[in-house]
Amino acid sequence: MSTFFLLLILFFGFLITFQIAKASEYVGVLRGEKKNFEQHNRINGFLMIVFLVLGLVGVWYCNELYKGKILGESASKHGEEIDRMLYITIAITGVVFVITQILLFWFAFKFQYSEKRKAHYFPHDNRLEVIWTVVPAIALTVLVGFGLFYWFRITGEAPQDALQVEVTGKQFGWIFRYPGHDATFGKKYYQNISDKDNNSLGLIWDDANTHDDVVVNNEMYCVVNRPIKLIIGSRDVIHDVGLVYFRQKMDAVPGTPTTLWFTPKFTTEEMKKKLGNPDFEYEISCDQMCGKGHYTMRGVIKVVGADEYKLWLAKQKSNYSMVMGEKAAPAGAPADSTKTTAKN
Amino acid sequence: MSNEATAHGHPEVVTTHESHHDEHGVHHHKETFITKYVFSQDHKMISKQFLITGMIWAIIGGLMSVLFRLQLGYPDAHFQFLEDILGSKWAKDGQIQPEFYYALVTMHGTILVFFVLTGGLSGTFANFLIPLQVGARDMASPFLNMLSYWFFLLASIVMLSSLFIATGPASGGWTSYPPLSALGDASEGSKTGMDLWIISMALFVVSSLLGGLNYISTILNMRTKGMSMTRMPLTIWALFFTAILGVLSFPVLLSGFILLLFDRHGGTSFYLSEIFLTATNKALPNEGGSAILYQHLFWFLGHPEVYIIILPAMGLVSEVLSINSRKPIFGYMAMVGSLFAIAILAFLVWAHHMFVTGLNPFLGSIFVLLTLLIAVPSAIKVFNWITTLWRGNIRFTPAMLFAIGFVSTFISGGLTGIYLGNSALDIQLHDTYFVIAHFHIVMWVSGILGMFAGIYHWFPKMYGRYMNNTLAYIHFWVTLIGAYLIFWPMHYEGFAGMPRRYFDYSQWLSFNQFGGLNRFISTVAMITFGVQLLFVFNFFYSIFKGRRVMTRNPWGATTLEWTAPIRPGHGNWPGEIPEVHRWPYDYAKDGRDFIPQNEPLGANESAH
Repeated sequence: MSTFFLLLILFFGFLITFQIAKASEYVGVLRGEKKNFEQHNRINGFLMIVFLVLGLVGVWYCNELYKGKILGESASKHGEEIDRMLYITIAITGVVFVITQILLFWFAFKFQYSEKRKAHYFPHDNRLEVIWTVVPAIALTVLVGFGLFYWFRITGEAPQDALQVEVTGKQFGWIFRYPGHDATFGKKYYQNISDKDNNSLGLIWDDANTHDDVVVNNEMYCVVNRPIKLIIGSRDVIHDVGLVYFRQKMDAVPGTPTTLWFTPKFTTEEMKKKLGNPDFEYEISCDQMCGKGHYTMRGVIKVVGADEYKLWLAKQKSNYSMVMGEKAAPAGAPADSTKTTAKN
Repeated sequence: MSNEATAHGHPEVVTTHESHHDEHGVHHHKETFITKYVFSQDHKMISKQFLITGMIWAIIGGLMSVLFRLQLGYPDAHFQFLEDILGSKWAKDGQIQPEFYYALVTMHGTILVFFVLTGGLSGTFANFLIPLQVGARDMASPFLNMLSYWFFLLASIVMLSSLFIATGPASGGWTSYPPLSALGDASEGSKTGMDLWIISMALFVVSSLLGGLNYISTILNMRTKGMSMTRMPLTIWALFFTAILGVLSFPVLLSGFILLLFDRHGGTSFYLSEIFLTATNKALPNEGGSAILYQHLFWFLGHPEVYIIILPAMGLVSEVLSINSRKPIFGYMAMVGSLFAIAILAFLVWAHHMFVTGLNPFLGSIFVLLTLLIAVPSAIKVFNWITTLWRGNIRFTPAMLFAIGFVSTFISGGLTGIYLGNSALDIQLHDTYFVIAHFHIVMWVSGILGMFAGIYHWFPKMYGRYMNNTLAYIHFWVTLIGAYLIFWPMHYEGFAGMPRRYFDYSQWLSFNQFGGLNRFISTVAMITFGVQLLFVFNFFYSIFKGRRVMTRNPWGATTLEWTAPIRPGHGNWPGEIPEVHRWPYDYAKDGRDFIPQNEPLGANESAH
């Protein structure tokens, strides 16, 4: 019923607007076209300057309202560089934005029709054209320069001592694999994948390197202040590992492994205190449309101290031992697990 | 057919009816309803067909956005009427279901990008303005032109019918990346809906190619006497480059779709490799394909596509700004040059959509450079538009308001492109609401404001009547303010990394701080959509009841279309086609308000 009334109100609103518009058209005809035009022109000219002022105030207000809600301090060293790049870009584009919008609406207001004014025949001026070709070109060169400098640092090789973790996306969740104490990921083949037999990545058990590989779901651990390199893949469609607080993102493409690396600056506990939010977690969001459960594809990264990490890893059973039973080889011995390096 | 096609370009056949000796006998003195309004070969009628079809699509696409904004703004609410209308599969208990949500966003994108802003915008104004402004009786091939519309309608019907099938329409995003779009088992929408989507898009490509080839040949071959390339209005230049972009890039898209069709039904592995589907618990046999290959093929069109949308709008706006400032467009040659530069660069930047796909970082850096280079010609255009206003004598006709609005949103949306084109920043902003804000402002809002400017400006030429000004002013101010209120705050959501294409954010610790903002955006979106209906009403009402146009040249414009009769027949000018003697921007020259293009140079007058 309320829907019906709402529609009725809308319909009448529509009708009234239309009648007013029609009436104002008739009034215009009665009053004379010229006078009518001049009045409309004045109103719209005035609205131009109103829009400019309110618009700029609105931009400032929006900024005040949300600056606390967008990301705070970056939690990775790469993120600091991206943030710096962001501020440089905001500064340059912000100045251009304000100047051009002011010129646009101010000119529209100032040079509105007047019987006394004569438009100025001004078809071209090469000096001006050169100025606004060269100045933007210089500004953009600066932005490209900074951008590529940071880009190559971020996408460069991971350090030798980086912790390596394999991340695999599937509809709709994340699977993580740690290489175990041999620091080598065993071979896998997707035809071997079987969720029923607890081999969600299709590890090849004939390859002894797989025997100590640890496979966990949806939650991974890593060490604060130690670089971590993610080797990213997908089991089915394209996903994307989105790490908001670390300012990182990389697609997970079936058949084509990708990588990213970063160095976490704060443990999860430290972030909880920093943000005053006891529920805080580093979330992994899927940032590439992957089907109906796309929005539920949440993973968690626990950033902990080195000791806690060792303890956690020691408690994990290898995928092989879970499949083959207790008699199989135990998981990565705690003492060796931190030596997992990027040698392979 | 070629006989008939050339016959139209020939003055005698169309203007002097008694000497009508077309052996095919298609056009007799009296056109029937069918030949005049349905299977018309008159470019003006075809243009109106494109426009009205585009408007219907815009309403459907806009309504879809209202529906999914309802979900984003009120994720917990139950709207019983939704279930009543849509059924319990799509809106169980009055709540939009995830599959339906993804179908909505996919169709919304496809419809508005292709069917409204490509078919609707280029189709309307290229058809209407090219023959009238270059001084031709019709297109180079009126028959192919007619086919272009009918392929467009066919594509529309196929796309529309996909909304009604049991498994729903395509739902993998308007980009339809495989493997998601290739595997029916991965998503409901990738079943029959995806096939219909591909078929419809293939038909659309055919339509666009038929149109594009026609536009190019008409502009190159059928200009009237004296109309050298550098005397063409900027609208024609813009439509010319648009057509070239379309002709060169749409075939690549089609090839991508055909490979996708093979992967879906032919057992090939162009895009598929090493896939195990959880839904069926089976591994597929395909190995060795590359899912990224599709993205290259898609964006090789996909990026020029955004210029296919914005160039016509730029052309319309340049014309409207100059006419209503009563002074020449500033830097005509720079405007043409920057259009040319944009058209070239459009082909060299596609991989900036793929910075985080694992693309080689060095390759990425090349695309950063080329992408940011586009900002230079864009900046030139903006400064030239602003200078056109400077010391003008500005009339705020509805068209002029929309043109000024276009420049404003083009600046706002263009500047955020500098963020996304810089790969380092793209890592953080990729696939977030920042992207949504960017492309909606620069492509959708600017594109549609440009289109509105065109519609309000040329409506008197199309229908011989004016639209209601008061409604137009309301339409403009609500649309401009609404567009900024909707899309400006989305930049902040994007800075916070809030991903796009999420059905619900409430379970996310990192993104659930924007609930209030999402409600606000949804409310404004609905109001803004409602006001668009006001425009639609104004449009159709004015066709029949609008104030009549009494003079041939109501805006005091210089270009040729305003020398034609108020309601031109097929063939546009009775008698001779006017000859052109000057460039199209002689406003405020030598103390005269304007000098039409067909007026010879005076004795002491210097050409531009």
